[in-house]
Amino acid sequence: MSILQLQKVSKLFGAHADSCVELLEQGWTKERIAKEKSVTVGVNRVSLSIEESEIFVIMGLSGSGKSTLVRMLNRLIEPTSGEILVHGKDLMKMNKEQLRKVRRQTISMVFQKFALFPHRTVLENVEYGLEVQKKDKKLRRDKAAKSLELVGLKGWGDKSPDELSGGMQQRVGLARALANDPEILLMDEAFSALDPLIRRDMQDELLDLQEKMKKTIIFITHDLDEALRIGDRIALMKDGSVVQVGTPEEILTQPANAYVERFVEDVDLSKVLTASHVMRRPETIMADRGPRVALELMRERGISNLFVVDRAKRMLGVITAEDASAAMRVGQSLEDILIVDGPRVQPDVVINELFEITSLAKVPLAVVDDQNRLLGVIVRGAVLGALAGENSSKEVIPDAENTTG
Amino acid sequence: MQKIPLDEWVQTLVNWMEDHLTVLFNIISAVIEGIVKGFTWLFMLPHPFLFIIILGILAFLVGRLSLTLFSVIGFLLIYNLGYWSQTMDTLSLVITSALISVVLGIPLGIWCAYSKGASRIITPLLDFMQTMPAFVYLLPAVTFFSLGVVPGVIASVIFAIPPTIRLTLLGIQQVSGELTEAADAFGSTSGQKLFKVQLPLALPTLMAGVNQTIMLSLSMVVIASMIGAQGIGAEVYRAVTQLQIGKGFEAGLVVVILAIVLDRFTQRLFKSDKKRGR
Repeated sequence: MSILQLQKVSKLFGAHADSCVELLEQGWTKERIAKEKSVTVGVNRVSLSIEESEIFVIMGLSGSGKSTLVRMLNRLIEPTSGEILVHGKDLMKMNKEQLRKVRRQTISMVFQKFALFPHRTVLENVEYGLEVQKKDKKLRRDKAAKSLELVGLKGWGDKSPDELSGGMQQRVGLARALANDPEILLMDEAFSALDPLIRRDMQDELLDLQEKMKKTIIFITHDLDEALRIGDRIALMKDGSVVQVGTPEEILTQPANAYVERFVEDVDLSKVLTASHVMRRPETIMADRGPRVALELMRERGISNLFVVDRAKRMLGVITAEDASAAMRVGQSLEDILIVDGPRVQPDVVINELFEITSLAKVPLAVVDDQNRLLGVIVRGAVLGALAGENSSKEVIPDAENTTG
Repeated sequence: MQKIPLDEWVQTLVNWMEDHLTVLFNIISAVIEGIVKGFTWLFMLPHPFLFIIILGILAFLVGRLSLTLFSVIGFLLIYNLGYWSQTMDTLSLVITSALISVVLGIPLGIWCAYSKGASRIITPLLDFMQTMPAFVYLLPAVTFFSLGVVPGVIASVIFAIPPTIRLTLLGIQQVSGELTEAADAFGSTSGQKLFKVQLPLALPTLMAGVNQTIMLSLSMVVIASMIGAQGIGAEVYRAVTQLQIGKGFEAGLVVVILAIVLDRFTQRLFKSDKKRGR
């Protein structure tokens, strides 16, 4: 079951907000309600399911309602209608005490302008969430220090927040949110106030942290590059409604409508598509076969090299046609001519980083998983083909082109 | 057209209060008089020179050398001119009314910050208190509390409490929305939010209000002396009514010295605390 579920969550601002929810349901547009009822629709019947330990990005331009939406997830803003289920329990039906418990233990928040308390030291900021729970002083100090260490600010606890740079301040904000060990992290434009280089570092660091912690992160941003970089899934918002939900690839390659299409048309695909997108099925041979069999196989398929694997499909290396024919003449085995230092990448490497590898390598690029099992092969043409906007590299690259110059 | 009998209504109200609330007024009167007398006793306890030395040390602790010098020389001058006991009376009156203003004003300011309704009622009331000529409420004060220092304190509080209330409200309102959101988001109770986030951040503004309150209550001492409050105000009043220009100047100067010392002291007290957040 999803950790967080939104069902037709709306927020309307204005004197008769409650009565206008019904009108939205009857098909009135946002504009008509604004004009005839003077009620502003901030968030319009948003339904989402957010899964455990994913980074779910809510993306939209300013005024799209994304900040309002995220504030409804911990009821900093009260929704006008709809249901918000945390672990299946309706947040809307909770009393103050229950809501406080959720805020203290389940959902933490990181703010756009850091929102650090200027009258408290860094450590006191980080322990705030534990302090309001009246935890034992030593325990909360320890937890806060650990949390600071996690974000790389060990030893900065006694400083005042205004002595820190923007990037460091937001690390404190992150540490403060993590100190409670929440399951869900709300990040409201958390990196938007940072300059681009720092922002990238923070994104990388967040991804690293996420590897370790596996939190459910709901990340708000107006920056498409950021969304594509860190999001497992992205919800694109416009005028208070969710226009499309999908993985970064889906958003890019199958835009739901003209708005999404226009939104993503300038995106640098090379930073989004990964090795797994452009790889194709490799031609392989077992290591215990002879050079003659290998040559025959290559001739049959019209290719000039072969990947050598063991019985568990673990990659041992690659052989070329020339080496194989030379080996056949002098009677060497495949293992003697095996090129073991050919390039290998993991399937989640973005193709932007593949250009240099493919252009320098003499043999095709092998895509392997954690256990070194061969998943696929990438030839140079496939990388370019993907950038040219082709959805599936398999159709573009002829099957027999398992070769490099 | 017939005149609205507003004057009669007020008179009736005052008469009613006088008849029915005597016990309450007596209690208030006893408490205030007790506080003022306590302070006077405390201030008169040490020899003036010892008092001046203590004042000098305090001034050095909260401020700089210039404040120390000014306080010591100023109070030596007061002693030399022969207004010591009157000055101590006035100091007690001012500190009592400032204390009452703060004790009532800060909670009222917080209440206004939390409740729009309270703010809507109290704000015009504050305008009323600040602009209504003091003599007008001096009379009922005398009716309720008889002559002496108590109606003086009451009048000072009425006149001096608005800045504390207003600036407490302002200070809390000025705490950035994101910070109060952060306090809420981490599950603070309203009390925790108030005492751990809002009040500490509102403190500089709030203290500016307290400073103004002290200055305003000092400016009431002459008026308070007209209804029998002892102190330096009475000296000014007597000198003016008897056309003794020189004596009037002396007593006036003492008020000024007292005002400057009190002002710098209260300003220094919170300016040394530099941590603030907007």
